[in-house]
Amino acid sequence: MSGKEYRTITDVKGPLVFLEKTEPVAYGEIVQLRLTDGSMKNGQVLDTSDDMVVVQVFEGTAGVDLGTGVKFMGDVFKLPVSKDLIGRILDGAGRPRDGGPAIVAEGEADIIGAAINPYSRQSPHDFIQTGISAIDCCTTLVRGQKLPIFSASGLPHNDIALQIARQAKLKDSDEEFIVVFCAMGITAEEYNFFRSDLERTGALENAVLFVNLADDPAVERLITPRLALTAAEYLAFEHDYHVLVVYTDVTNYCDALRQIGAAREEVPGRRGYPGYMYTDLAMLYERAGLVKGKKGSITQFPILTMPGDDITHPIPDLSGYITEGQIVISRELHGSGIYPPINVLPSLSRLMGGCIGEKTTREDHKSVSDQMYAAYAQGRELRGLVAIVGEDALNERDKQLLDFSGLFEDKFLRQSRDEDRSIDETLDLCWELMQNISTKYLVRLDQKWIDKYHPTEKK
Amino acid sequence: MSDENGVIYRISGPVVTAMGIRSRMYEVVRVGHEGLMGEVIELHGDKSVIQVYEDTSGIRPGEPVVRTGQTLSVQLGPGLLTQIYDGIQRPLPVLEKTMGTFIERGVDADGLDLEKVWDFEATVSAGDEVESGSVIGTVQETETIVHKVMVPPGQSGKVASIESGSFNVTQTVCTLDDGTEIQMMQKWPVRSPRPYKQKYAPDTPLVTGMRILDFLFPLAKGGAAGIPGPFGSGKTVTQQSLAKYSDAQIVVYIGCGERGNEMTEVLDEFPHLIDPNTGKPLMNRTVMIANTSNMPVAAREASVYTGITIAEYFRDMGYDVALMADSTSRWAEAMREISSRLEEMPGEEGYPAYLSSRLAEFYERAGRVETLEGEDGSVTVIGAVSPPGGDISEPVSQGTLRIVKVFWGLDAGLARQRHFPAINWLSSYSLYPQSLDQWFRDNIASDFPEIRTEISSLLQVEAELQEIVQLVGSDALPVDQQLTLEVARMIREFFLQQNGFHEVDAYSGLEQQYKMAKAILTFQDSAKKALAAGGQLEDVVNVPARTNLMRDRFESGYIDRVDGLVDEMNKQIAAAAEEK
Ligand SMILES: Nc1ncnc2c1ncn2[C@@H]1O[C@H](COP(=O)(O)OP(=O)(O)OP(=O)(O)O)[C@@H](O)[C@H]1O
Ligand SMILES: [Mg+2]
Repeated sequence: MSGKEYRTITDVKGPLVFLEKTEPVAYGEIVQLRLTDGSMKNGQVLDTSDDMVVVQVFEGTAGVDLGTGVKFMGDVFKLPVSKDLIGRILDGAGRPRDGGPAIVAEGEADIIGAAINPYSRQSPHDFIQTGISAIDCCTTLVRGQKLPIFSASGLPHNDIALQIARQAKLKDSDEEFIVVFCAMGITAEEYNFFRSDLERTGALENAVLFVNLADDPAVERLITPRLALTAAEYLAFEHDYHVLVVYTDVTNYCDALRQIGAAREEVPGRRGYPGYMYTDLAMLYERAGLVKGKKGSITQFPILTMPGDDITHPIPDLSGYITEGQIVISRELHGSGIYPPINVLPSLSRLMGGCIGEKTTREDHKSVSDQMYAAYAQGRELRGLVAIVGEDALNERDKQLLDFSGLFEDKFLRQSRDEDRSIDETLDLCWELMQNISTKYLVRLDQKWIDKYHPTEKK
Repeated sequence: MSDENGVIYRISGPVVTAMGIRSRMYEVVRVGHEGLMGEVIELHGDKSVIQVYEDTSGIRPGEPVVRTGQTLSVQLGPGLLTQIYDGIQRPLPVLEKTMGTFIERGVDADGLDLEKVWDFEATVSAGDEVESGSVIGTVQETETIVHKVMVPPGQSGKVASIESGSFNVTQTVCTLDDGTEIQMMQKWPVRSPRPYKQKYAPDTPLVTGMRILDFLFPLAKGGAAGIPGPFGSGKTVTQQSLAKYSDAQIVVYIGCGERGNEMTEVLDEFPHLIDPNTGKPLMNRTVMIANTSNMPVAAREASVYTGITIAEYFRDMGYDVALMADSTSRWAEAMREISSRLEEMPGEEGYPAYLSSRLAEFYERAGRVETLEGEDGSVTVIGAVSPPGGDISEPVSQGTLRIVKVFWGLDAGLARQRHFPAINWLSSYSLYPQSLDQWFRDNIASDFPEIRTEISSLLQVEAELQEIVQLVGSDALPVDQQLTLEVARMIREFFLQQNGFHEVDAYSGLEQQYKMAKAILTFQDSAKKALAAGGQLEDVVNVPARTNLMRDRFESGYIDRVDGLVDEMNKQIAAAAEEK
């Protein structure tokens, strides 16, 4: 491309710059802006025509004036990809942030990422043991799954994500994950927490970090996860790695999206978020999975904080409509001092059915998980009733269930931040706790598993 | 610049404006140097507004736009079944072959395999008069489905020559005496309904094998149903169960803006699953359309039209076709996205003002018809709806409910209790029983409708009693009401709950459904008698034979044992009363 610099800006609005009388500019083309003080900014074309070009500026438009020079770089946004990305820390636009050298590219990849042909996908079915009982037993994670954490401000979702990143492994295998970590608008403190944990455990050497912090440009957040996923795809599908992508906080990403929508005066959807947010999020979340003929995989672990703890807010709502389940963190459990405060009742892993059982986890897993869930759900519900009628009004069965719900939280959910339980340990623990309910009430357990695994009634 | 060729003036996401072509509405055009496929959706003076079916990044103003003269059409003929397409009928296996794992752009692919040779068997002879829609021959398309080759709409005359033999879909198999040549492949513009002689009122149920649907809220062949529900409540599992077990002869499954892995699952599963109605792999009767959430939105918008046109085509052969669209909300959102790029005046929640008429037009293409050939054929449409936050007061749910006669409402609370299918029995409805009851009486049992009424009123009563129980606990109720609660629990746990993944229980035939419902009412009768005779509720309801009756439904051959199990239950209940 010509590389000509235009000084034809007519309007500046929010993060958008409008200019006229340009060469034919490509949709999605990368743009460089040179401010009158000599500093540089980057952007991308959102709308292009013979008369007018609209550019979104990643770093925001502070300091931009009508004299700012605009250069079109001739291409859409690409990430230089290389195996050397592993072990590196990059900023939200893909530049080294760790003081290291520039990445020597083995190739370049368009960060928008083409859709995986659904016919070329392979169904995920390998069990990932996270060592966290609530997840392994009740919302089992599968390699190639996209399973978000629905959390809220002030809850320990970062600890959980890190614990998973540390402990995740295939059962009976030493195969390790490459962690691609993507920070979108989180605080420096949170980021340091992640980084030092990865450093401490040596995981940093096997990780790639893309970092956009709270005081980094908000609009840049729209490309940060795309960079991370492009790197993940490259490592998974060109170099056979199993990649675990952790990104946080999707809520900040969505807010950046809303900002662009507002500046373009688009008709807003629910709560001011753009009507295309579902599609936009899907373009991130769907970049997970396994494909035929390739050894690698991408497992996604997005973290989002629900504004106002509201699961029907558009961000968790649209996410839930795209991902393959969700792990819901509960303020109430956190308040009663339980870590990890996972509320298994609204949590779900949609791919679990195909990955548990005799060949993968254990033959009694499904039965046990159903029973644990049902008994806990009933016990929890009884708490409400007891508050009204008192514990004495309960019959024997209800009393047992009520007590069980306490044990469930205290013994099953609760574990320490470095406690890595194997799936056998988790399931054995379930049996131990279910002893507290008479077997005649354990209607979801197959008799054959009672005969085999029940601590006191086995044959 | 001629009228045929123009240039791009503007690009805004999937919407491109061209200048210098004189196109027609809904004409297909080729956009840019890569020749991306697009469709004209608006004309403004010398400008044509085009929705582009592929990603537009990197395209510039000034690049060429070329008319094709065609409207967006599908290719219809042998080779549709077992295929999986994107929203504009490009076969995904062909795309994989040409571009690998990821869908790149600018690649064309025919909907049908133009090379493949089929055995065509003529069913008319030279000299016969044929009309639009007349069947002139057949092809065994899959093990179970005979594809009928029809005279395309708009053509008729006397057969001059016709020959059985091996042909590909573009070779002429029949010539009319005015020289018209007929091939096995015909094309049809997706946005126009295919013609038929007349619509009939539906009178036969689409049997789905799901008890709550068939028994309480039946759908007619040729009817339309909406399944709204929040995320994770079971829309997809229900749609997939219908695709597996319903007694349609042809299934068109549209994954519209949903997950890639769900389509993979269908692709993995269906070739191995046996159709309970034919005993052959389900894939034989299935056409799939997968335009997942991350594939271009304009093609998502087109996908439902591609699907329904294929469904109508099989209907025209006299088949009963069922079409599932998962999810129509994603289709509506695609409309919204395009509309907002056009800067149209938005209606409710940003959806275009024409949303409800588009929904109505789509569901109107369902129906039971007399085909041009005089046969009976039907298209049944089942649309999933994904309301934001699960709140169905939003425009897509409301627009759908105004048209469809069956509402299967999925409920987050039930899903959370793992009560599956999580269809709410109090809020769901079907307006078909009136037209279907005669069929149920004639084919299943003369008192089928009455049994249904009894079952649903028990559920109503339970809901009322539950309100009291919430306040005072169930022990405070009189014994007959406690029994009612027990009976209702049996309806819920034994009858309504059905695990969509269980190899036996996922499907119940109508006769079995009837027997199970009767068994519940029998339990109620015997228990009442036993209580009257002085039996204790605890003893009466807990007889082991009732547990067996309930558990046994997970074993195959259940239908043959139900009667015996019921007899045993009755005996034990009577005995429980005597013991006291
Ligand atoms: N009939 C059923 N039998 C057993 N399990 C079911 C059934 N229906 C739903 N489920 C469970 O609920 C989960 C979610 O169901 P499904 O994927 O159909 O939800 P959905 O309504 O399509 O959600 P979304 O709108 O996000 O696509 C399934 O993965 C399964 O675990
Ligand atoms: Mg679904």
